[in-house]
Amino acid sequence: MRHVFSVRVGPVGFRVGSDWRAPIAQLETLYAGYPKPEVPDFSVRLFAARPWRRFLRPSVMIGGDFVLPEAAPLPLAQGLLAAEMGMNLQMALGQRRYLLLHASAVERDGRVLLMTGHSGSGKSTLAALLSRRGWRLMGDEFALIDPETGLAHAFPRLVSLKNAAIAVVQAAASNARFGPLLAETPKGAIRHLVPDADAVAAMDRPATPALLLFPSYGHAAAVREVPESEVFVRLTQASTNYVALGERGFSALTGLVKAIPARAIDYPDTESAVAQVDALWGGL
Amino acid sequence: MGRAVSDGWLLARILRAPGEAAVLDAAGWTDLIGIARAEQMIGTLAMRLQGVAVPEGVARILADARASAEQGRVAALWEAEAARRALAPLGLPVVLLKGTAFVAGGHAAGQGRSIGDLDILVPRARIDEAEAALLAAGWEWVKSDPYDDAYYRQWMHELPPLIHRDRDRMIDVHHTILPLTARIMPDAAALLADAVPLRAEKKGGLATLSPHDMLVHAAAHLFADGDLAGGMRNLWDVHCLTGEFGVSGLTERAQHHGLWREVSRALRLADALYGGGGNAGPVDRLYLRRLTARDGWGRATRPFVRQAFYVRSHWLRMPPAMLARHLWIKWRKAS
Repeated sequence: MRHVFSVRVGPVGFRVGSDWRAPIAQLETLYAGYPKPEVPDFSVRLFAARPWRRFLRPSVMIGGDFVLPEAAPLPLAQGLLAAEMGMNLQMALGQRRYLLLHASAVERDGRVLLMTGHSGSGKSTLAALLSRRGWRLMGDEFALIDPETGLAHAFPRLVSLKNAAIAVVQAAASNARFGPLLAETPKGAIRHLVPDADAVAAMDRPATPALLLFPSYGHAAAVREVPESEVFVRLTQASTNYVALGERGFSALTGLVKAIPARAIDYPDTESAVAQVDALWGGL
Repeated sequence: MGRAVSDGWLLARILRAPGEAAVLDAAGWTDLIGIARAEQMIGTLAMRLQGVAVPEGVARILADARASAEQGRVAALWEAEAARRALAPLGLPVVLLKGTAFVAGGHAAGQGRSIGDLDILVPRARIDEAEAALLAAGWEWVKSDPYDDAYYRQWMHELPPLIHRDRDRMIDVHHTILPLTARIMPDAAALLADAVPLRAEKKGGLATLSPHDMLVHAAAHLFADGDLAGGMRNLWDVHCLTGEFGVSGLTERAQHHGLWREVSRALRLADALYGGGGNAGPVDRLYLRRLTARDGWGRATRPFVRQAFYVRSHWLRMPPAMLARHLWIKWRKAS
């Protein structure tokens, strides 16, 4: 491919090939502090559907080792988002070493707080905010659970902030680095936060899961214990490769569910959420 | 290794002689893995490279591919068992085809092989019963289009595909190995009569085709039906089957089905890719151009050669007037 970028994020190496220079240049800037893989685990391709679409109303198709049929192309201005989506897709469809949970993860004293929920629940925002308050960011999109050890591995990709969360995190992390503001994407406005250098420096250090939260934004503050059976079912839905891993996936997931407590927290604003997290963490 | 542009030959060479992987640099490995994934042969490659010294990152990728193939094997056998249970009350012979048959029979072709749908063969006279039993056991229609449905039932060698509503897995129920519109008519009764039972002790058990018929089916699928998509994997199957069972009596069997031309081509091409090389003619070399049309990013290359084989596949599948009508209806629906 014309332009190529490669990066290692936690234990996973990617290469991204592109028909255009612009998305590759953005990746190079934003992932400047990351190491390179020797042989990438996954390939992502950003390409024009027809040769003339490189120049004429350029639109970016997402390809790679693993693809979804009929994925819609994005305008070139959102090429960075296309690359990030492509990398997510490789993980979601192709990752077989770790049980993948659609969750954010932060670490403190060698113990991991996992937060999972639907898009809009605030898991990325909370992970970004906690990472400014003494927690190590392990990832905002996928938590990687090793079926052999039960440990969580860090996967600190760019943190994807959406819509109202952008201003909240910018206010709390004025000295952090951000990507360009991507307006009017299929998911609304998106801006990427670059994980701090400590998170990248420590990304090869796995840690033990200690607490699982199901945050839910937009309600009066409340905490509810979640029974193991419900946690199990919700995590099978939050995992993209639980079925594909077969018995290893089942063992890893049941092991995790039995090992750590789980709470559903409702919160009206991020300040209360952080206070709830502090209280629950302190009570462990 | 020089930085000549990689194509399917890179994968073929390493499958043939895994030791040659020692000369690959990081870029060569990256290409090889991209090509193997695109050809759905990463599991096969990983099995072939077991025990060969490879870089650490590559070793992890290959170990994952082996684990994934093993899980695929377990899931494929479970799917076959589900079909067996659904069809057992009918007391009809159920013959596994393609990948599921290779892993169920423990054949070399099944080592690391990716397996998608479950393909089975049943007697044509009883295919309606089989369909009813599968529908009752939770399989559902995939195609809702009346033209496609009618086309399958009238002209194809299989039922319209069914998908299981809980397990999300497809089953293709065949009554022969080539479409009824093809000019060649294999002996479906002989395929069933010579099938090899897998577990003799169980009534209503499963079987596989005889070794030679497995090879005939692979060749028929590749050259008399398809546009050579997935051809590298199919020819690896052929290569493994001849290695395991030899070719004695194969000529007669292939001739009996009217498929000797296809089988002999499959043998020559499999040998060119994975064996000693040898006697590929000019037309064979055109096939090889198509089969290896893949780059290190896993992209399909050589669009003109691909298009030519695509047109050819339709030409083989049906007579000209019918082809014209079929393409007309398909085009009208697409636009």
